[in-house]
Amino acid sequence: MPQIAQFSDTVASQVFWMLVFFGLIFFVIGRGMVPKVMATMEARDQQIAADLAAAEAARSAADAQEEAWRVQANAQRAEAQALIAKAKADAAQAAEARLAAANTVIDARVGEAEGRIAAARGDALKEIETVAAEAAGDIVARLAGVTVDAAAAQGAVKEVLNG
Amino acid sequence: MAAEQAKVDPMHQFTIEPLFGTDHWSIAGYNIAFTNSALWMAIVSTVLFVFVAGGLKRQLVPGRWQMAVESLTGFIDNLLAANIGPAGKKYVPYIFSLFMFILFANLLGLMPLALFGLHPFTPTSHFSVTGVLAVLSFSIVLIVGFARHGLHFFSLFVPHGTPVWLMWLIPVIELVSFLVRPFSLALRLFVAMMAGHVLLEVLSSFVIDAANAGPLWGGIVGLPSFILMVSICALELLVAGIQAYVFALLTSLYLNDAENLH
Repeated sequence: MPQIAQFSDTVASQVFWMLVFFGLIFFVIGRGMVPKVMATMEARDQQIAADLAAAEAARSAADAQEEAWRVQANAQRAEAQALIAKAKADAAQAAEARLAAANTVIDARVGEAEGRIAAARGDALKEIETVAAEAAGDIVARLAGVTVDAAAAQGAVKEVLNG
Repeated sequence: MAAEQAKVDPMHQFTIEPLFGTDHWSIAGYNIAFTNSALWMAIVSTVLFVFVAGGLKRQLVPGRWQMAVESLTGFIDNLLAANIGPAGKKYVPYIFSLFMFILFANLLGLMPLALFGLHPFTPTSHFSVTGVLAVLSFSIVLIVGFARHGLHFFSLFVPHGTPVWLMWLIPVIELVSFLVRPFSLALRLFVAMMAGHVLLEVLSSFVIDAANAGPLWGGIVGLPSFILMVSICALELLVAGIQAYVFALLTSLYLNDAENLH
Protein backbone atom coordinates (compact mmCIF):
# COMPACT_ATOMS: atom_id res chain seq x y z
CA MET A 1 0.00 0.00 0.00
CA PRO A 2 1.89 3.10 -1.20
CA GLN A 3 -0.07 5.29 1.19
CA ILE A 4 1.75 3.60 4.08
CA ALA A 5 4.92 2.42 2.33
CA GLN A 6 5.70 5.91 1.02
CA PHE A 7 4.25 7.75 3.97
CA SER A 8 7.42 9.00 5.61
CA ASP A 9 8.97 9.96 2.26
CA THR A 10 5.98 11.87 0.93
CA VAL A 11 4.07 13.20 3.91
CA ALA A 12 5.88 16.55 3.95
CA SER A 13 5.29 17.08 0.24
CA GLN A 14 1.67 15.92 0.48
CA VAL A 15 0.88 18.18 3.43
CA PHE A 16 2.75 21.14 1.93
CA TRP A 17 1.07 21.00 -1.47
CA MET A 18 -2.30 20.21 0.05
CA LEU A 19 -2.05 23.31 2.22
CA VAL A 20 -0.86 25.38 -0.75
CA PHE A 21 -3.65 24.33 -3.08
CA PHE A 22 -6.38 24.18 -0.46
CA GLY A 23 -5.27 27.61 0.73
CA LEU A 24 -5.48 28.89 -2.83
CA ILE A 25 -8.93 27.37 -3.24
CA PHE A 26 -10.11 28.74 0.10
CA PHE A 27 -8.82 32.28 -0.36
CA VAL A 28 -9.35 32.72 -4.11
CA ILE A 29 -12.48 30.70 -4.69
CA GLY A 30 -14.06 30.32 -1.26
CA ARG A 31 -13.40 33.83 0.03
CA GLY A 32 -13.11 35.65 -3.29
CA MET A 33 -15.68 34.21 -5.61
CA VAL A 34 -18.31 32.38 -3.57
CA PRO A 35 -19.50 35.52 -1.71
CA LYS A 36 -20.00 37.23 -5.06
CA VAL A 37 -22.02 34.31 -6.36
CA MET A 38 -24.11 34.35 -3.20
CA ALA A 39 -24.48 38.12 -3.33
CA THR A 40 -25.85 37.74 -6.84
CA MET A 41 -28.35 35.19 -5.59
CA GLU A 42 -29.30 37.40 -2.69
CA ALA A 43 -29.69 40.44 -4.96
CA ARG A 44 -31.92 38.38 -7.23
CA ASP A 45 -34.03 37.15 -4.34
CA GLN A 46 -34.32 40.67 -3.01
CA GLN A 47 -35.27 42.04 -6.40
CA ILE A 48 -37.92 39.37 -6.81
CA ALA A 49 -39.26 40.13 -3.33
CA ALA A 50 -39.16 43.87 -4.02
CA ASP A 51 -40.92 43.43 -7.36
CA LEU A 52 -43.60 41.32 -5.74
CA ALA A 53 -44.01 43.88 -2.97
CA ALA A 54 -44.21 46.70 -5.53
CA ALA A 55 -46.83 44.80 -7.51
CA GLU A 56 -48.78 44.14 -4.32
CA ALA A 57 -48.51 47.81 -3.33
CA ALA A 58 -49.64 48.92 -6.79
CA ARG A 59 -52.60 46.56 -6.59
CA SER A 60 -53.66 47.81 -3.18
CA ALA A 61 -53.14 51.41 -4.34
CA ALA A 62 -55.37 50.74 -7.34
CA ASP A 63 -57.94 49.17 -5.03
CA ALA A 64 -57.79 52.16 -2.69
CA GLN A 65 -58.09 54.56 -5.61
CA GLU A 66 -61.07 52.70 -6.95
CA GLU A 67 -62.66 52.77 -3.52
CA ALA A 68 -61.94 56.49 -3.19
CA TRP A 69 -63.36 57.08 -6.63
CA ARG A 70 -66.48 55.16 -5.71
CA VAL A 71 -66.87 57.13 -2.49
CA GLN A 72 -66.34 60.39 -4.36
CA ALA A 73 -68.81 59.40 -7.07
CA ASN A 74 -71.38 58.53 -4.42
CA ALA A 75 -70.76 61.81 -2.63
CA GLN A 76 -71.06 63.75 -5.86
CA ARG A 77 -74.24 61.95 -6.80
CA ALA A 78 -75.72 62.70 -3.38
CA GLU A 79 -74.62 66.32 -3.69
CA ALA A 80 -76.20 66.59 -7.11
CA GLN A 81 -79.43 65.12 -5.84
CA ALA A 82 -79.40 67.53 -2.89
CA LEU A 83 -78.84 70.40 -5.32
CA ILE A 84 -81.74 69.26 -7.48
CA ALA A 85 -84.01 68.89 -4.44
CA LYS A 86 -82.97 72.31 -3.16
CA ALA A 87 -83.54 73.89 -6.56
CA LYS A 88 -86.97 72.26 -6.71
CA ALA A 89 -87.83 73.48 -3.22
CA ASP A 90 -86.52 76.97 -4.02
CA ALA A 91 -88.51 77.11 -7.23
CA ALA A 92 -91.64 75.96 -5.44
CA GLN A 93 -91.09 78.54 -2.71
CA ALA A 94 -90.44 81.32 -5.20
CA ALA A 95 -93.55 80.41 -7.17
CA GLU A 96 -95.56 80.40 -3.99
CA ALA A 97 -94.17 83.79 -2.99
CA ARG A 98 -94.90 85.27 -6.37
CA LEU A 99 -98.37 83.77 -6.28
CA ALA A 100 -98.92 85.27 -2.88
CA ALA A 101 -97.66 88.67 -4.06
CA ALA A 102 -99.87 88.50 -7.10
CA ASN A 103 -102.76 87.53 -4.87
CA THR A 104 -102.27 90.54 -2.63
CA VAL A 105 -102.03 92.81 -5.64
CA ILE A 106 -105.16 91.28 -7.07
CA ASP A 107 -106.88 91.52 -3.70
CA ALA A 108 -105.87 95.14 -3.39
CA ARG A 109 -107.15 95.91 -6.87
CA VAL A 110 -110.38 94.03 -6.19
CA GLY A 111 -110.79 95.92 -2.94
CA GLU A 112 -110.09 99.18 -4.71
CA ALA A 113 -112.54 98.34 -7.43
CA GLU A 114 -115.16 97.40 -4.90
CA GLY A 115 -114.54 100.70 -3.14
CA ARG A 116 -114.97 102.52 -6.41
CA ILE A 117 -118.15 100.57 -7.13
CA ALA A 118 -119.48 101.45 -3.70
CA ALA A 119 -118.57 105.10 -4.21
CA ALA A 120 -120.18 105.12 -7.64
CA ARG A 121 -123.31 103.57 -6.14
CA GLY A 122 -123.35 106.19 -3.38
CA ASP A 123 -122.92 108.95 -5.97
CA ALA A 124 -125.65 107.42 -8.05
CA LEU A 125 -127.92 107.19 -5.07
CA LYS A 126 -127.18 110.78 -4.20
CA GLU A 127 -127.93 111.80 -7.76
CA ILE A 128 -131.17 109.80 -7.62
CA GLU A 129 -132.07 111.63 -4.41
CA THR A 130 -131.34 114.98 -5.96
CA VAL A 131 -133.24 114.04 -9.09
CA ALA A 132 -136.08 112.62 -6.95
CA ALA A 133 -136.17 115.70 -4.75
CA GLU A 134 -136.28 117.95 -7.78
CA ALA A 135 -138.84 115.74 -9.33
CA ALA A 136 -140.84 115.69 -6.11
CA GLY A 137 -140.60 119.49 -5.88
CA ASP A 138 -141.68 119.77 -9.47
CA ILE A 139 -144.54 117.29 -8.97
CA VAL A 140 -145.71 119.13 -5.88
CA ALA A 141 -145.49 122.51 -7.57
CA ARG A 142 -147.35 121.20 -10.58
CA LEU A 143 -150.04 119.33 -8.62
CA ALA A 144 -150.51 121.51 -5.60
CA GLY A 145 -148.95 124.68 -6.83
CA VAL A 146 -147.09 124.88 -3.72
CA THR A 147 -143.55 125.79 -3.88
CA VAL A 148 -141.60 123.52 -1.71
CA ASP A 149 -138.14 124.55 -0.85
CA ALA A 150 -135.39 122.27 -1.92
CA ALA A 151 -134.25 121.27 1.56
CA ALA A 152 -137.67 120.08 2.60
CA ALA A 153 -138.05 118.12 -0.58
CA GLN A 154 -134.78 116.52 -0.14
CA GLY A 155 -135.56 115.52 3.48
CA ALA A 156 -138.82 113.98 2.41
CA VAL A 157 -137.21 112.02 -0.39
CA LYS A 158 -134.49 110.81 1.91
CA GLU A 159 -137.12 109.68 4.32
CA VAL A 160 -138.96 107.78 1.66
CA LEU A 161 -135.82 106.26 0.10
CA ASN A 162 -134.13 105.21 3.28
CA GLY A 163 -137.26 103.99 4.98
CA MET B 1 2.71 -14.62 -23.48
CA ALA B 2 2.16 -14.91 -19.76
CA ALA B 3 5.77 -14.09 -19.07
CA GLU B 4 5.76 -10.77 -20.92
CA GLN B 5 2.42 -9.82 -19.45
CA ALA B 6 3.00 -7.26 -16.76
CA LYS B 7 1.44 -8.14 -13.46
CA VAL B 8 -1.44 -5.78 -12.80
CA ASP B 9 -0.72 -4.26 -9.45
CA PRO B 10 -3.97 -2.66 -8.17
CA MET B 11 -1.97 -0.57 -5.67
CA HIS B 12 0.41 0.90 -8.23
CA GLN B 13 -2.08 3.65 -9.08
CA PHE B 14 -1.55 5.15 -5.64
CA THR B 15 2.23 5.45 -6.00
CA ILE B 16 3.54 8.96 -5.55
CA GLU B 17 6.28 10.03 -7.92
CA PRO B 18 8.13 13.32 -7.98
CA LEU B 19 7.65 15.10 -11.29
CA PHE B 20 9.72 17.47 -13.40
CA GLY B 21 12.91 16.66 -11.44
CA THR B 22 11.68 18.44 -8.34
CA ASP B 23 12.51 15.59 -5.97
CA HIS B 24 15.29 17.61 -4.33
CA TRP B 25 13.00 20.52 -3.40
CA SER B 26 12.88 20.95 0.31
CA ILE B 27 12.05 23.46 3.03
CA ALA B 28 13.82 23.18 6.38
CA GLY B 29 14.88 19.66 5.63
CA TYR B 30 11.41 18.51 4.61
CA ASN B 31 11.09 17.24 1.09
CA ILE B 32 8.39 19.06 -0.83
CA ALA B 33 8.85 17.53 -4.27
CA PHE B 34 6.12 18.46 -6.75
CA THR B 35 4.60 15.01 -7.15
CA ASN B 36 1.86 13.57 -9.31
CA SER B 37 -0.36 14.03 -6.27
CA ALA B 38 0.46 17.74 -6.14
CA LEU B 39 -0.07 17.97 -9.89
CA TRP B 40 -3.59 16.59 -9.54
CA MET B 41 -4.30 18.94 -6.65
CA ALA B 42 -3.25 21.72 -9.03
CA ILE B 43 -5.48 20.34 -11.78
CA VAL B 44 -8.40 20.07 -9.35
CA SER B 45 -7.82 23.66 -8.20
CA THR B 46 -7.68 24.90 -11.79
CA VAL B 47 -10.82 23.05 -12.87
CA LEU B 48 -12.60 24.27 -9.77
CA PHE B 49 -11.46 27.83 -10.46
CA VAL B 50 -12.69 27.65 -14.06
CA PHE B 51 -15.97 26.14 -12.91
CA VAL B 52 -16.70 28.80 -10.30
CA ALA B 53 -15.37 31.61 -12.51
CA GLY B 54 -17.83 30.51 -15.20
CA GLY B 55 -20.63 31.05 -12.71
CA LEU B 56 -19.47 34.53 -11.81
CA LYS B 57 -21.29 36.37 -14.60
CA ARG B 58 -23.62 37.82 -11.97
CA GLN B 59 -26.56 37.93 -14.34
CA LEU B 60 -29.98 38.64 -12.95
CA VAL B 61 -31.40 35.79 -15.01
CA PRO B 62 -28.75 33.06 -14.70
CA GLY B 63 -27.53 30.92 -17.56
CA ARG B 64 -26.96 27.18 -17.19
CA TRP B 65 -23.40 27.45 -15.90
CA GLN B 66 -24.22 30.20 -13.44
CA MET B 67 -27.24 28.18 -12.34
CA ALA B 68 -24.99 25.15 -11.69
CA VAL B 69 -22.54 27.15 -9.57
CA GLU B 70 -25.34 28.93 -7.73
CA SER B 71 -27.12 25.68 -6.97
CA LEU B 72 -23.89 24.33 -5.42
CA THR B 73 -23.28 27.43 -3.29
CA GLY B 74 -26.96 27.40 -2.40
CA PHE B 75 -26.65 23.73 -1.45
CA ILE B 76 -23.76 24.47 0.94
CA ASP B 77 -25.60 27.51 2.28
CA ASN B 78 -28.70 25.42 2.99
CA LEU B 79 -26.60 22.67 4.56
CA LEU B 80 -25.03 25.15 6.98
CA ALA B 81 -28.28 26.97 7.64
CA ALA B 82 -29.98 23.66 8.46
CA ASN B 83 -27.21 22.33 10.68
CA ILE B 84 -25.84 25.45 12.38
CA GLY B 85 -28.46 28.13 11.79
CA PRO B 86 -27.81 31.78 10.96
CA ALA B 87 -24.32 31.57 12.51
CA GLY B 88 -23.39 29.03 9.83
CA LYS B 89 -23.29 31.64 7.08
CA LYS B 90 -19.67 32.57 7.80
CA TYR B 91 -18.48 29.00 7.21
CA VAL B 92 -19.82 28.88 3.66
CA PRO B 93 -16.43 29.69 2.05
CA TYR B 94 -14.65 26.97 4.03
CA ILE B 95 -17.28 24.26 3.63
CA PHE B 96 -17.71 25.15 -0.05
CA SER B 97 -13.94 24.87 -0.63
CA LEU B 98 -13.86 21.58 1.27
CA PHE B 99 -16.84 20.05 -0.49
CA MET B 100 -15.85 21.18 -3.95
CA PHE B 101 -12.19 20.18 -3.58
CA ILE B 102 -13.12 16.67 -2.41
CA LEU B 103 -15.86 16.31 -5.01
CA PHE B 104 -13.66 17.46 -7.90
CA ALA B 105 -10.67 15.41 -6.72
CA ASN B 106 -12.86 12.31 -6.43
CA LEU B 107 -14.52 12.84 -9.79
CA LEU B 108 -11.38 13.81 -11.73
CA GLY B 109 -9.62 10.71 -10.36
CA LEU B 110 -12.39 8.63 -11.90
CA MET B 111 -12.24 10.21 -15.33
CA PRO B 112 -11.06 7.81 -18.08
CA LEU B 113 -8.19 10.13 -18.91
CA ALA B 114 -5.84 7.17 -19.45
CA LEU B 115 -7.42 7.01 -22.91
CA PHE B 116 -5.57 10.26 -23.63
CA GLY B 117 -2.33 9.08 -22.06
CA LEU B 118 -2.82 10.83 -18.72
CA HIS B 119 -2.69 8.84 -15.54
CA PRO B 120 -5.44 10.07 -13.24
CA PHE B 121 -4.45 10.26 -9.63
CA THR B 122 -6.87 10.79 -6.77
CA PRO B 123 -5.27 12.90 -4.03
CA THR B 124 -8.16 12.03 -1.72
CA SER B 125 -7.11 8.37 -1.79
CA HIS B 126 -4.15 9.29 0.43
CA PHE B 127 -4.70 9.75 4.12
CA SER B 128 -1.84 12.22 4.20
CA VAL B 129 -4.11 14.47 2.10
CA THR B 130 -7.47 13.73 3.71
CA GLY B 131 -5.72 14.01 7.07
CA VAL B 132 -4.78 17.61 6.31
CA LEU B 133 -8.43 18.43 5.58
CA ALA B 134 -9.62 16.55 8.66
CA VAL B 135 -7.10 18.29 10.92
CA LEU B 136 -8.08 21.66 9.41
CA SER B 137 -11.76 20.99 10.15
CA PHE B 138 -11.00 19.70 13.64
CA SER B 139 -8.77 22.69 14.40
CA ILE B 140 -11.47 25.09 13.27
CA VAL B 141 -13.94 23.32 15.55
CA LEU B 142 -11.51 23.58 18.49
CA ILE B 143 -10.65 27.23 17.82
CA VAL B 144 -14.26 28.30 17.33
CA GLY B 145 -15.42 26.26 20.31
CA PHE B 146 -12.88 27.65 22.76
CA ALA B 147 -13.11 31.17 21.35
CA ARG B 148 -16.88 31.28 21.69
CA HIS B 149 -17.40 29.33 24.89
CA GLY B 150 -14.02 29.30 26.64
CA LEU B 151 -13.65 26.44 29.09
CA HIS B 152 -17.41 26.00 28.97
CA PHE B 153 -16.74 24.17 25.69
CA PHE B 154 -15.82 21.14 27.80
CA SER B 155 -19.50 20.81 28.72
CA LEU B 156 -19.77 19.23 25.27
CA PHE B 157 -18.56 16.05 26.93
CA VAL B 158 -21.50 15.99 29.31
CA PRO B 159 -24.65 15.50 27.24
CA HIS B 160 -27.98 16.68 28.57
CA GLY B 161 -29.68 14.25 30.90
CA THR B 162 -26.55 12.41 31.97
CA PRO B 163 -27.33 10.66 35.29
CA VAL B 164 -25.03 11.77 38.08
CA TRP B 165 -23.87 8.24 38.82
CA LEU B 166 -22.60 7.97 35.22
CA MET B 167 -20.59 11.18 35.39
CA TRP B 168 -17.36 9.22 35.65
CA LEU B 169 -18.03 7.28 32.40
CA ILE B 170 -19.98 9.39 29.91
CA PRO B 171 -17.46 12.26 29.64
CA VAL B 172 -14.70 9.75 28.95
CA ILE B 173 -16.71 8.14 26.16
CA GLU B 174 -17.64 11.55 24.78
CA LEU B 175 -14.03 12.67 24.91
CA VAL B 176 -12.86 9.61 23.01
CA SER B 177 -15.57 9.97 20.40
CA PHE B 178 -14.63 13.64 20.07
CA LEU B 179 -10.95 12.89 19.63
CA VAL B 180 -11.68 10.18 17.08
CA ARG B 181 -13.42 12.67 14.81
CA PRO B 182 -10.41 13.80 12.74
CA PHE B 183 -9.34 10.19 12.19
CA SER B 184 -12.80 9.04 11.19
CA LEU B 185 -13.12 12.03 8.85
CA ALA B 186 -9.77 11.37 7.18
CA LEU B 187 -9.98 7.57 7.07
CA ARG B 188 -13.56 7.37 5.80
CA LEU B 189 -12.77 9.41 2.71
CA PHE B 190 -9.39 7.80 2.07
CA VAL B 191 -10.75 4.25 2.47
CA ALA B 192 -13.80 4.85 0.30
CA MET B 193 -11.70 6.32 -2.49
CA MET B 194 -8.99 3.69 -2.29
CA ALA B 195 -11.44 0.77 -2.11
CA GLY B 196 -13.31 1.91 -5.19
CA HIS B 197 -10.16 2.39 -7.22
CA VAL B 198 -8.72 -0.96 -6.12
CA LEU B 199 -11.97 -2.70 -7.00
CA LEU B 200 -12.01 -1.15 -10.45
CA GLU B 201 -8.38 -2.08 -10.99
CA VAL B 202 -8.91 -5.68 -9.85
CA LEU B 203 -11.93 -6.07 -12.10
CA SER B 204 -10.04 -4.56 -15.01
CA SER B 205 -7.23 -7.05 -14.44
CA PHE B 206 -9.87 -9.81 -14.59
CA VAL B 207 -11.11 -8.42 -17.89
CA ILE B 208 -7.59 -8.17 -19.37
CA ASP B 209 -6.38 -11.56 -18.16
CA ALA B 210 -9.59 -13.33 -19.16
CA ALA B 211 -9.53 -11.75 -22.61
CA ASN B 212 -5.92 -12.81 -23.04
CA ALA B 213 -6.78 -16.38 -21.96
CA GLY B 214 -9.04 -16.84 -24.97
CA PRO B 215 -12.64 -16.36 -26.05
CA LEU B 216 -14.04 -18.93 -23.62
CA TRP B 217 -12.64 -17.34 -20.48
CA GLY B 218 -13.19 -13.94 -21.97
CA GLY B 219 -16.88 -14.77 -22.32
CA ILE B 220 -17.30 -16.45 -18.94
CA VAL B 221 -15.18 -14.17 -16.76
CA GLY B 222 -14.20 -11.14 -18.80
CA LEU B 223 -17.61 -10.05 -20.01
CA PRO B 224 -19.43 -10.25 -16.63
CA SER B 225 -16.47 -8.51 -14.99
CA PHE B 226 -16.64 -5.78 -17.61
CA ILE B 227 -20.37 -5.29 -17.05
CA LEU B 228 -19.79 -5.25 -13.29
CA MET B 229 -17.00 -2.72 -13.80
CA VAL B 230 -19.28 -0.39 -15.74
CA SER B 231 -21.88 -0.59 -12.95
CA ILE B 232 -19.24 -0.03 -10.29
CA CYS B 233 -18.00 3.01 -12.22
CA ALA B 234 -21.49 4.43 -11.87
CA LEU B 235 -21.48 3.49 -8.18
CA GLU B 236 -18.09 5.15 -7.74
CA LEU B 237 -19.41 8.38 -9.23
CA LEU B 238 -22.14 8.24 -6.60
CA VAL B 239 -19.62 7.45 -3.86
CA ALA B 240 -17.47 10.39 -5.00
CA GLY B 241 -20.40 12.72 -4.40
CA ILE B 242 -21.54 11.03 -1.20
CA GLN B 243 -18.08 11.10 0.40
CA ALA B 244 -17.68 14.81 -0.39
CA TYR B 245 -21.14 15.40 1.06
CA VAL B 246 -20.42 13.31 4.16
CA PHE B 247 -17.17 15.18 4.82
CA ALA B 248 -18.90 18.55 4.47
CA LEU B 249 -21.93 17.43 6.47
CA LEU B 250 -19.88 16.04 9.37
CA THR B 251 -17.68 19.12 9.43
CA SER B 252 -20.79 21.28 9.63
CA LEU B 253 -22.20 19.11 12.42
CA TYR B 254 -18.95 19.44 14.36
CA LEU B 255 -19.00 23.19 13.74
CA ASN B 256 -22.54 23.20 15.11
CA ASP B 257 -21.19 21.68 18.33
CA ALA B 258 -18.61 24.44 18.48
CA GLU B 259 -21.10 27.21 17.69
CA ASN B 260 -24.07 26.11 19.75
CA LEU B 261 -22.63 23.49 22.13
CA HIS B 262 -25.67 21.23 22.39
